[in-house]
Amino acid sequence: MNDGSILSLVTFLPMAGALLILFIRGSEDVVARNAKRVALWTTLFNFLLSLYLWVNFDPTSAGFQFEQKSEWLGGSISYHMGVDGISMLFVILTTFLMPACILAGWDSIKVRVKEYMIAFLILEALMIGVFCSLDLVLFYLFFEAGLIPMFLIIGVWGGPRRIYASFKFFLYTFLGSVLMLLAIMAMYWQAGTMDIPTLLTHQFPPAMQTWLWLAFFASFAVKMPMWPVHTWLPDAHVEAPTAGSVVLAGIMLKMGGYGFLRFSLPMFPVASDFFGPMVMVLSVIAIVYTSLVALVQTDMKKLIAYSSVAHMGFVTMGLFAMTQQGVQGGIFQMLSHGWVSGALFFCIGVIYDRIHTREISAYGGLVKRMPVYAVVFMIFTMANVGLPGTSGFIGEFLTIIGVYQVNTGIALVAATGVILSAGYALYLYRRIIFGVLDKDKLKNILDLDRREIFALAPLIAATLFFGIYPTPIFDVTAVSVEHLVSNYHAAVEAHRLAEITKPLGDLVQLVSAR
Amino acid sequence: MEYKLATLPALGPAFPEIILAVGSLALLMYGAFNKSNTARQVSIGAVILQMIALVVVAVQPLGRMETFGGMFVSDDFSRLIKILILLGSSTAIIMSIGYIRHEKMERFEFPVLITLATLGMLMMVSANGLISLYMGLELQSLALYVIAAFNRDNVRSSEAGLKYFVLGALSSGMLLYGMSMVYGFTGSTEFDAIAHVLGQGRPSLGVIFGLVFIMAGLAFKVSAVPFHMWTPDVYEGSPTPVTALFAGAPKVAAMALILRVLFGAFPAIEPEWQQIVVFISIASMVLGAFAAIGQTNIKRLMAYSSIGHMGFALVGLAAGSADGIKGVIIYMTIYLVTNVGVFCCILSMRRNDRSVESISDLAGLSRSQPVTAFLFAMIMFSLAGVPPLAGFFGKLYVFLAAIHSGLYTLAVIGVVSSVVGAFYYLRVVKVMYFDEPAEPFDQPMRTELGILLGISGLFTIFFFAWPGPVVRAAELAAAALLH
Repeated sequence: MNDGSILSLVTFLPMAGALLILFIRGSEDVVARNAKRVALWTTLFNFLLSLYLWVNFDPTSAGFQFEQKSEWLGGSISYHMGVDGISMLFVILTTFLMPACILAGWDSIKVRVKEYMIAFLILEALMIGVFCSLDLVLFYLFFEAGLIPMFLIIGVWGGPRRIYASFKFFLYTFLGSVLMLLAIMAMYWQAGTMDIPTLLTHQFPPAMQTWLWLAFFASFAVKMPMWPVHTWLPDAHVEAPTAGSVVLAGIMLKMGGYGFLRFSLPMFPVASDFFGPMVMVLSVIAIVYTSLVALVQTDMKKLIAYSSVAHMGFVTMGLFAMTQQGVQGGIFQMLSHGWVSGALFFCIGVIYDRIHTREISAYGGLVKRMPVYAVVFMIFTMANVGLPGTSGFIGEFLTIIGVYQVNTGIALVAATGVILSAGYALYLYRRIIFGVLDKDKLKNILDLDRREIFALAPLIAATLFFGIYPTPIFDVTAVSVEHLVSNYHAAVEAHRLAEITKPLGDLVQLVSAR
Repeated sequence: MEYKLATLPALGPAFPEIILAVGSLALLMYGAFNKSNTARQVSIGAVILQMIALVVVAVQPLGRMETFGGMFVSDDFSRLIKILILLGSSTAIIMSIGYIRHEKMERFEFPVLITLATLGMLMMVSANGLISLYMGLELQSLALYVIAAFNRDNVRSSEAGLKYFVLGALSSGMLLYGMSMVYGFTGSTEFDAIAHVLGQGRPSLGVIFGLVFIMAGLAFKVSAVPFHMWTPDVYEGSPTPVTALFAGAPKVAAMALILRVLFGAFPAIEPEWQQIVVFISIASMVLGAFAAIGQTNIKRLMAYSSIGHMGFALVGLAAGSADGIKGVIIYMTIYLVTNVGVFCCILSMRRNDRSVESISDLAGLSRSQPVTAFLFAMIMFSLAGVPPLAGFFGKLYVFLAAIHSGLYTLAVIGVVSSVVGAFYYLRVVKVMYFDEPAEPFDQPMRTELGILLGISGLFTIFFFAWPGPVVRAAELAAAALLH
């Protein structure tokens, strides 16, 4: 297999699976069963295939690897795929979480199973495409197309307020993205290409950078989501089916962070430097404010949703600190949050499937009936809190270190977020797992079954393994991040120097004109 | 060639029009002299006739040809637009075959009138002077007035016809007035000559005045705001296949005509007409987006949708560059094809052998007709401009051109109104997918509607995989227009 087509294969394999499901015929039960199997095998196989990327990845290079390029829309808009140290792990994260998503809907989805599985497979393909594309139009295509299956997933298989949530989700993200589209076009006319590797070396005029940065920010801040444009997220999470929440929190939110890393920071360094403090302040507000909001939630999913916003605050804060630790920590935090929040939504889905309510007050004393569940939920709660030894700790710790070097005050406030997260997470855990088991409905609740353990085990493994030994991830990202950070600072310095010398230049011109 | 008769111009460039003219008269005679009801045969005959004309257009040699003393021009631009128009109107006739039988309006004049209207459209596209422009436009309009009111026993259809006629006559009057002013101040009715005169120096106020009136008349034909008032009523009242026709071919023809007039006759005063185009474009996009929100009738919804889409197409025109023309042509191509799919779905909305037109009637379509619902949903997403569907690429090209010309305000207003517009397209998807099923529609869908919907849907979904032909054809056409 040549290196060029592997990315396309990983991207479009789920589509092939979806096509296969489309042709399954027979009675409803048979179709549902086969559709689930095809979907599961496709995602599992795709995960194994994507590991090929990690194995053959050259961590010593900051450039793009596994590149493939071919003619597409004419002009300089081409089908260009490739990954570097920043994007490769997000591809793996996507393929890693998808089998769990399929398993999450295994029993709980009872209507239109075939369509459900097709929607998820298409969504997987589109999400992988986002992380692999090296052409702006191609990127936008994947970035936006994911809205369609997600809109349908929330709207068709969601909860009671699903219509409101799906519309809000779609329109919020769509509005942010169309502004980015205009910025993409402006970049095209300025640089004469849509090719991302070329654009990464292109220097946009500082005045233009500001506008481009704002347009991209409109899209990524909504996607991330940052305070104050995060309000679509709790609604979407609460109404989405379990697997939809897993995908949203685990992967889709990361597209925002990835966007900052791929576009905003390297392409518009001057503007990023200018807006950096604003982003950090917004991040810190998000960390403290949404943590407090999470504390008073009565709906489990909403609580985790708000905690996601808070954790994404750590990410944006770390990224815009633009130090090696901050950026590495931000990436690590995104990956870690990917499987931890995914697993938390999965855990909530487990008890929701049994009792059919997300009200925290409807639970209590589950440890007596569900000991295995209690342990699993404990691990992920601790990872969410950021307990040392879990992957959650590394990301939060590094981002705070990164920010500390730039702005001590911000780091200080952000650190309180760690305490607050311990507050709401442990409070949630106590109310659900401990206490007296006095509710009638809970008396016969069953512990995790084989399917659920099978889905959660890899997530536990990842949480603990990378919590203790994060080096494999840092090895992959280190060189790319170093490259990013040093280029960024060089560009910012050059701009600063130009600003300083500009009056001097003007003076010289004035004198020579005389 | 001295033996050539001085009075007989070269007929080659106008051959497709001649075929349509002679053929439609032949069909009319066939219908008139045949005692039995021949609507079906005449319809099929009309489709075949248009297909022949299409083939003739397609095999015409590349390059620019003029005839009738320079009044009539055939170039790469007109050829591409003619192909689109013929596709649009022949699909409308195909859609109407089943409908006119059901609605007891099966008369052979119907396909003949559509063919005559098509003839008018082709002439509009090839017009190279104000006189031939007006001739084509009026032939098209008169035929369309009649078929809007074709269901003459229905009050709403008659109302639609009358409304269309009165307002259409008004707009024709404005157009004529503008043309007379342009003639008076430039001394010619031919585009090239007008362009030549205007290129000499500062344009007089009279020409600009005339241009404004011409633009008003043409904006009426593409139903751009503020000349859109007729659209919702006419769309709702007309028989559905007629609405399908109105939304497709005449819009393409009128848009092509605007391109031809502005770039053929008035390139020298681009800054003047650019302001007008920017205004009507913004107004159309915004009104199309907001006014559609409250609609419950799907045909009315599509009327506002088409107003909005004309606004988006005009974004490309406002750019005033070759890229812009290319964008407009790609946009109109995609719009035309998606439109066919939309109206196939609307036509198949029949319950207990009666047409229903309310959006809520679509409830739960994804359960009863999953394939239809899926294609319709994809078409809706495409109209909203969500990638990777075809509609996105239309918007991509027009906005690319607008950004290149520095029209940032226009572009921002445009994309924001496309988000507002997305709301009502999503609402249709929501009704089909999220709502509890209503009583299913009559099954099965007519074969010809199914096939057309399939083609339109597949084009919409897979446009991204092979956009080359359309994009290249549009590039050629844009180059030809700017010759």
